[in-house]
Amino acid sequence: MTHIKILGTGCQKCKTLTNLVKNIVAENNIDATIEKVEDIQEIMKFSVLTTPALVINNVVALKGSIPSKEEILAFLK
Amino acid sequence: MFDWIQNLADWFVYDVLNLTKEQHLAEALNFFIYDTTKILILLFVVIFFMGIVNSYFPVDKVKNYLSRNKLYGLEYLMASLFGVVTPFCSCSSVPLFIGFVRGGIPLGVTFAFLITSPLVNEVAIGLFIGLFGLKTTLIYVVSGVLLGSISGIILQKLKLERFLKPWVKEVLENAQRDQDIFKAENKKFTARLSVIWDEVVKILKGIIPYVLVGIAIGGLMHGYIPEGFFEKYLDKNNLFAVPIATILAVPMYSNASGILPVVQVLVAKGIPLGTAIAFMMGVVGLSLPEAMLLKKVMTLRLITIFFGVVTLCIILSGYLFNLIL
Repeated sequence: MTHIKILGTGCQKCKTLTNLVKNIVAENNIDATIEKVEDIQEIMKFSVLTTPALVINNVVALKGSIPSKEEILAFLK
Repeated sequence: MFDWIQNLADWFVYDVLNLTKEQHLAEALNFFIYDTTKILILLFVVIFFMGIVNSYFPVDKVKNYLSRNKLYGLEYLMASLFGVVTPFCSCSSVPLFIGFVRGGIPLGVTFAFLITSPLVNEVAIGLFIGLFGLKTTLIYVVSGVLLGSISGIILQKLKLERFLKPWVKEVLENAQRDQDIFKAENKKFTARLSVIWDEVVKILKGIIPYVLVGIAIGGLMHGYIPEGFFEKYLDKNNLFAVPIATILAVPMYSNASGILPVVQVLVAKGIPLGTAIAFMMGVVGLSLPEAMLLKKVMTLRLITIFFGVVTLCIILSGYLFNLIL
């Protein structure tokens, strides 16, 4: 099972990314948990400077921009 | 350089649509076609160029550089310059701030970066060249960088650490210079190019609606407001014009794209450039949403001082522009 976290302080881009990931997980029947992390102290544990960031199994996969569907899918496989 | 675009606009409006030059609508439409084509080309070039620079200097590298090197006062200027090449999203301002503090970068230097980054960005530069020409753009960029550096120095001198939120103070006490190891990507230029290209397309897609609406409004105003209309109310000698324009602009939020074409028309119709630039800087540099975000790390008092100092510097540069331009 994959643990996905989306780090973001609640801006529009973070919401977009969360919805995107949710859709991809549902469409592809991926066994994953999705957690949206909005607490800044929690976010800073991952040492990201730019948000939104995509964390997969506690590793920062992407940060600072909204990736394309294909990119996200590649990380989840 | 852009004559061919003017010819294109003339051909379309006067030949294809068969409008006559005297019509307001024709003039406005001509202006719209010319401006959009020219500006979109310039935006593409500038965003693409900045994308290349940013690919080699991502913000993590910038942070490590500022954290590791003692620059004997030059760090404010460096932070400010890095702010220019780093694309900024207000939603990242908090993690950026904490990351810098944690890296042992002085508060004033962090502020210098945070001020210049939204103020002088790739979109603003592209639009500025298209609307005001190269010389004015250069003045805007240089003054934006100086404004960030000087505000940073002032803010550092004010010793504002005590006004940080308690948990941020803790981060500050445990700050270590150069604790993260940043793995630089050793990608070839061609490999970077596709990433940069995607980013350029993404940015352009995001701003095009704002640019089009901005230019459309500008176009309408251009055709309907008589030359020199504003001179009566807002001439250079009106001492209150700059502060009023700046203070009106601070709560406004726009990613520069929508507001700039309108400002350009205001200038064409008689508002002094310095007043207009001060207004611009107020709009893109400071905003209420950003203040709300910063509340997570700063006390209200610190945010007020931060905004106050920057607003003051913007007003002063507005006066300076009106004197020298």
